[in-house]
Amino acid sequence: MRKLDQKLIRDLTHMRGQALAIMLVIAAGVATFVMSMCAYNSLAWSKETFYREFRFGDVFSSVRRAPLSIIPRLKEISGVAAVETRLVYDVLLDVPEMTEPATARLISVPESGENELNKLYITRGRMMEPNRTGEVVVSEVFADAHSFVIGDSVQAILNGRSQQLKIVGVALSPEYVIQIQPGSIMPDDRRFGILWISQRDLEAAFDMTGAFNSLSLKLTYGANPDEVVDELDRLLKPFGSVGGYLRDQQLSHQYLSDEIAQLRGMAMMAPAIFLSVAAFLLNTVLSRVISQQREQIAALKAFGYTNWEVGLHYMNLALVISLAGTVIGAAFGIWMASGMTKLYHTYYRFPVLELRIDIQAVVLVFLITTAAAIFGTWFAVRSAIRLPPAEAMRPEPPPSFRPTLIERILPRHWLSPELRMVVRNVSRKPVKASLSVVGIAMAVAVMILGSFSLDAVNYMMDFQFRKAQRQDLTVTFVEPATASVVYEIGRLPGVIDSETMRSVATRIHFANRSKRVGIMGLESTPQLYRLLNTGEQPVAIPEFGIMLNTRLAEVLGVVPGDLLTVEVLEDKRPTLNLEVTKIVEEYSGANAYMNKQQLHKLLKESDVASGAFLKVDSNRVNEVFHELELRPGVASVAIKDAVIDSFQATMEKSVLVMRTFIAGFAAVIAIGVVYNSARISLSERSRDLATMRVIGFSKSEVSTVLLAEIALFTLLAIPIGWLFGFGLAALMVSGLDTDNYRIPLVINPSTLGVAALVVVVATVISAIIVQRRINELDLIGVLKTRE
Amino acid sequence: MSPGNTTIQTLTTKKSPVFRAVDVAKIYEMGEVQVHALRGVTLNLYDHEFVVLLGASGSGKSTLLNILGGLDVPTTGTVHYQDHELTASSDAELTKYRRNYVGFVFQFYNLIPSLTARENVELITEIAQSPMHPLEALEMVKLKDRADHFPAQLSGGEQQRVAIARAIAKKPKVLLCDEPTGALDVETGIVVLEAIARINRELGTTTAVITHNAAIAQMADRVISLSNGQIIGIEENAERIDASELKW
Repeated sequence: MRKLDQKLIRDLTHMRGQALAIMLVIAAGVATFVMSMCAYNSLAWSKETFYREFRFGDVFSSVRRAPLSIIPRLKEISGVAAVETRLVYDVLLDVPEMTEPATARLISVPESGENELNKLYITRGRMMEPNRTGEVVVSEVFADAHSFVIGDSVQAILNGRSQQLKIVGVALSPEYVIQIQPGSIMPDDRRFGILWISQRDLEAAFDMTGAFNSLSLKLTYGANPDEVVDELDRLLKPFGSVGGYLRDQQLSHQYLSDEIAQLRGMAMMAPAIFLSVAAFLLNTVLSRVISQQREQIAALKAFGYTNWEVGLHYMNLALVISLAGTVIGAAFGIWMASGMTKLYHTYYRFPVLELRIDIQAVVLVFLITTAAAIFGTWFAVRSAIRLPPAEAMRPEPPPSFRPTLIERILPRHWLSPELRMVVRNVSRKPVKASLSVVGIAMAVAVMILGSFSLDAVNYMMDFQFRKAQRQDLTVTFVEPATASVVYEIGRLPGVIDSETMRSVATRIHFANRSKRVGIMGLESTPQLYRLLNTGEQPVAIPEFGIMLNTRLAEVLGVVPGDLLTVEVLEDKRPTLNLEVTKIVEEYSGANAYMNKQQLHKLLKESDVASGAFLKVDSNRVNEVFHELELRPGVASVAIKDAVIDSFQATMEKSVLVMRTFIAGFAAVIAIGVVYNSARISLSERSRDLATMRVIGFSKSEVSTVLLAEIALFTLLAIPIGWLFGFGLAALMVSGLDTDNYRIPLVINPSTLGVAALVVVVATVISAIIVQRRINELDLIGVLKTRE
Repeated sequence: MSPGNTTIQTLTTKKSPVFRAVDVAKIYEMGEVQVHALRGVTLNLYDHEFVVLLGASGSGKSTLLNILGGLDVPTTGTVHYQDHELTASSDAELTKYRRNYVGFVFQFYNLIPSLTARENVELITEIAQSPMHPLEALEMVKLKDRADHFPAQLSGGEQQRVAIARAIAKKPKVLLCDEPTGALDVETGIVVLEAIARINRELGTTTAVITHNAAIAQMADRVISLSNGQIIGIEENAERIDASELKW
């Protein structure tokens, strides 16, 4: 081994604490990047493969009832490669171990058992036999949630008739990689399941022989999707089409794509934060090492080592640290990605979802880290390269100090000599001091970034499901129900209060933008399903005009007073001109609301309801379920609390794991910055400190000089870190803004407190380590050796 | 070139200058103040010669030594090492010159603390053209048995002898020593000077030693006195005194 390399290893061993701290900061950044990229790669690959091999449709549409004879005309649409028609019905399902009913989506499968599009992947059991009735294949998450085994039966209410369905298989579909009930914002595996059933069974039960109510298209390469949708809508208009849509509006695909996009976002953000901190740390540490080794550098140069050899030697010091950090981080990242992939299996189901190690990402992160290390150390290394040997032979001139502004302002006796040293030291190197503060602030920000999502989600849930929506049950009807049906449900024993709503599929146009939206007609002062403004105050529903939620207003670029063109996609399909009256705050979906009576008038219909909101006596919930189950007109019943509880439970579990990792990472940054800056101050001033000890200062007085500086940095860093945290969280929130939900920028004081606490603890730990060094100061030794 | 056949060469030494410095001046800019470290120094150093540069602190002797060693360049004047004009050399050429021809010994040793005595020597033998064995170099300063000690485990004199071993291991043509005994007590200083004298004698290395200690001048062939950046006298010693007989 070259002696210069041997020196490198010994130097590294000597500064192992600092090297380790920097290495861990790098490792944390690399791990997050590698984890995100591997998880991204795994998810994206699984998605692409599943979509391709099981022919996931490109266009989707539903109609009231269209004859199968229209299919040839659909196939003739330019750009259509394949057409798959089917029957889809949401029905109530009586599952043995559940008191409340579940909602099942029944999807027909052709007699052949082979779909042309959106094919099924059978994970257990088999497909339905062609000539048998009452056989179903259930989706895997639903089967898992209920521990169904092949041969089990469930009772379903098909068009008012109770029918026993025998489970013969368990399957996955590219259409339901994640299974979310429309109108819900989160998966509920127990209460919503997909059941595939033979076309004949469904035709018979719903009297739909020779007809379909749902379809999916595959497009040819290079087809214009929007033109296809327009043509499709034109052809299906007479059959009650509610408008076709592309994959990007398909719920499972949306969720999956959002998740993948989030991983990308995390992959971009992590290295930026961690590696900039690491670059800063490398810079301070290396600057210090180089200034300490001035005379060694001089000797090396005097003996004929070239500037380049000397520079490279110090650069290598940084590169060894960054390489070690990269290797550890990459390994840790891959391990985290494998855990992440397993976690995804809870929600996202693919035939194959296995960890795919993204070698390119590893190579890329290695290059990025190396670049960051070189960037961070360049100025320090350059000073070693440029150091003229003759000058390096002379000791460094004493640093120049002058009284600081603070001292001039404050009366002289206010600052003890120790504190005066602190103040002068900090103000002599303002850049270094501010970078230290920024570094510690980063730790606070990372901590906030890693944990605010739980605050935001809890706020969102509370806002949406406790403050705004106060019903216990949401009932939807298969067909709009008459006032008498609604009245009857409202009078069911156990129902305390009820409210009706009318929802209608529309396409809203404004300027050159348009969006498929379900408009919900509500009573003028709803008590159960309330609309709130940003101040959480209920908003009364004006008699005329339309109200949009923030997301929809944003998408359409609309403000109150604008006039919208609303194309109704049901029944008589009128086109309405409505004025935007108010914007309401909501965190899920892009929704529009109006007065129910007004909606009836515009649709030229009687007082019907698409659904009802019920407040139920908690002791009589079962009775109400049972009653609802018996009603043929009831399509689904959603139980609000159950949904929220199960969501919060899973959310908290997965967030907890992430939170722990991120707290660890934040602590790594905090300790890295605090420990390094303390160690550097210590080594820069060990002579001064030893001198103070010799002339009679106590250990604690001497410690004050160093520790007060650390404490000052940390105290300054906490509020700045909170600001950074808000900024980064805002950035993240805007990146997560999707059609399905918006995450509010809500950070609880407790999150800020915990972030500050983690950094304070990291500071205290660093201070203890440094304090021990101060206690061990070799008074005589330090004074004897020439610095 | 080879240090072995010294006897024949000694006869001609005095007549062939290794260094030729003509009218060398060096001005440092220290903030707004100009410091004239050297003010027109002209001198020759000859092959195999042992020269002592004598002067008080601030007399310019270190600056002169650094310029001869290619560590620094004068503001005006020319310096030749044999056929090379150091004053016209690039930074890379000066590095090459130091690497191949010059051995330095510093007042504060400048050892690499993280390397053992042997490793400190090896640091140099690795990049030299035809070095001696590191242990051989340590043997010349009588430190072979301390080869595996780190600088912190060695006394000041021992550290300086390691520094000498390190300087001579490449078999330099020139050995430049800047106050080699400055940080040492008398006895240790004598041991170090003996080592330097021995190298000069046995390897025929042209040796220049800086000191402010007039006693040391007695062991030199020539004594060049500097004051205030100028040469104020050059004396030839009729007879060199052995380092062990020095007293101060």
